[in-house]
Amino acid sequence: MADILTFNDLKKHFVIGQEGFLRREPITVKAVDGISFAVQEGETFGLVGESGSGKSTVAYTTIGMYRPTTGTIRFRDKDLFADKKRPLALRKQIQIVFQDPGSSLNPRRTVAQILALPLRLHRPQENVLQQTAQLLDMVELTLEYMHKYPQTLSGGEKQMVAIARALATEPSFVILDEPTSALDVSIQGKIINLIMRLQREFNLTYLFITHDLSLMRNVASRVAIMYLGKICEIADAVEFFRTPYHPYTQMLLASIPVLSEEEEALKPRKTVSRGEIPSPVNIPSGCSFHLRCPRHMDICSVVDPVMVEVEAGHSVRCHLFPPS
Amino acid sequence: MGEVIPARHSHPTISLEQVKLMERQTRRENLGRAWYKFSRNSLSLVGAAMVLLVLLLAIFAPLVAPYPEHVKPFTDFANAKLPPSWAHPFGTDEIGRDILSRSIFGFRYALWMGVVVLSLVVPPGVLLGLVAGYFQGTRIDTIIMRITDIFLAVPPLILALAIASILKPNLSNAMMAVSLMWWPWYTRLVYGLASTLRNEYFVVSAEVSGASTAHILFREILPNVISPIFTKISLDMGWVIIIGSTLSFVGLGVQPPEPGLGTMVASGAKYLPDQWWIAVFPALAIVLIVLGFNLLGDGLRDMLGAEEI
Repeated sequence: MADILTFNDLKKHFVIGQEGFLRREPITVKAVDGISFAVQEGETFGLVGESGSGKSTVAYTTIGMYRPTTGTIRFRDKDLFADKKRPLALRKQIQIVFQDPGSSLNPRRTVAQILALPLRLHRPQENVLQQTAQLLDMVELTLEYMHKYPQTLSGGEKQMVAIARALATEPSFVILDEPTSALDVSIQGKIINLIMRLQREFNLTYLFITHDLSLMRNVASRVAIMYLGKICEIADAVEFFRTPYHPYTQMLLASIPVLSEEEEALKPRKTVSRGEIPSPVNIPSGCSFHLRCPRHMDICSVVDPVMVEVEAGHSVRCHLFPPS
Repeated sequence: MGEVIPARHSHPTISLEQVKLMERQTRRENLGRAWYKFSRNSLSLVGAAMVLLVLLLAIFAPLVAPYPEHVKPFTDFANAKLPPSWAHPFGTDEIGRDILSRSIFGFRYALWMGVVVLSLVVPPGVLLGLVAGYFQGTRIDTIIMRITDIFLAVPPLILALAIASILKPNLSNAMMAVSLMWWPWYTRLVYGLASTLRNEYFVVSAEVSGASTAHILFREILPNVISPIFTKISLDMGWVIIIGSTLSFVGLGVQPPEPGLGTMVASGAKYLPDQWWIAVFPALAIVLIVLGFNLLGDGLRDMLGAEEI
């Protein structure tokens, strides 16, 4: 299948201050530090990581909130950052659903007004009211919601409106930045089903960002794990859950809470998880994971490993898998 | 017979007329809720009543005032310094003018001062605050906010005194002087709110869609800062009127024989305490109008939920 979005050695560093008295050295946070991967047309690509791993920075750079420090993001062979201001035609194609539906809807604007903005900007020749009604119908909300203000909606309803707004421009690529993590468990399933149905109906490609691995097992076609701004492992979802190679992936999979013995048997052998994710200001030398790694070797604290394709479509960045 | 929108899912079909009906209903409910919050505090109702009274008196002054001719140049030494009576409920001043009539006309100057100053001050102050807040951290922010800081550092009354005394002392120069020192408060208020709001996801989302800066400033951010602005306007009406009366009191505002409330207090001060009514009733008129606007402002704050002020 064709690639729709290609990340090529993307880096995003933030200067957050300066240190030193006479020679001022900038303090930088390497939020995203050289990631390369491609999302294919029509798939759901899961980007998983702990908080602070840089997964949201990837999302915000893709939508154009930030410009990359170095590296490129291409959308169907168009460089997203070729122009200083992103053209409307590209904005139309790439949309986002944010994590917190409370903050993503303007409390002073009605649902109809919220949906009208992208409609007016990207589909100016169409009847706004008619389209608004269709969008609401699309996300399974009744027309009564048109003139409601966000504070009168439940968390799930707010997220449905946010999804409708993202789809208002008729995009082909939608970033889902933890779309369910702020919601009640009872409503999460409903939102996920809605998201997956819309993907089938409109042939959407998703970049699904989450810290919830068990959710990825159900929705993603491919999964990548991020740790401190870098990708550790990337594989087809089935492969990923069956034979995880990276010690960090194994640790994450082992830490998923399960209810039954059968589920326990599916998990990789018990790995002890230890430590917290270090601050991205002070990234450890060598492999950034070596301080927490149960299988670390002498080389790990000195040399940063490179990405190696162990099997077709399954790549790992770990010294246990040296390049041949 | 409106256009009918077909529903693909299980919802019943609904006409656009019904949608409009629902919109009206929502609006009515919101108004009802706002009134409930406002009227819960009886003091804000008292404030609203006081403001309404002052407004009506000012508008219909020539009809309400018992001696409207006493506002123009007029002397009647035979009836000078009369204490309050049925004929002159507030008494008469040192040249025989009816103080009640002059106080009623005095409301006009006080309200005029407040309205003119605030309409000069609020739009530019709010606009600068919105722009600086939205471009937070850039050079635009630095320039606007440092200029604001400079203006805030000048003692307001002294600046107004200086300007009013350099130029001709009259009401319009007093209003100009007060306006010049008042806008930074609005810039500061709006800047604080806008710089937080600009990072909210709804603003980011509008940016992602490609909305213009004007749309983001006036349609996304402004509606979220409008409540604190209205509350501040109501509270500031009182303050501006006090400052205006103070300038009139020291002779830099409304010029005699025009009936400025501050001017009347100043001329009556000489006759304290024996002919107390000459100064005290105009002073009470100032209290009425300022207290009214302050109570109303508190009520608006409760109603609009603007805790920032």
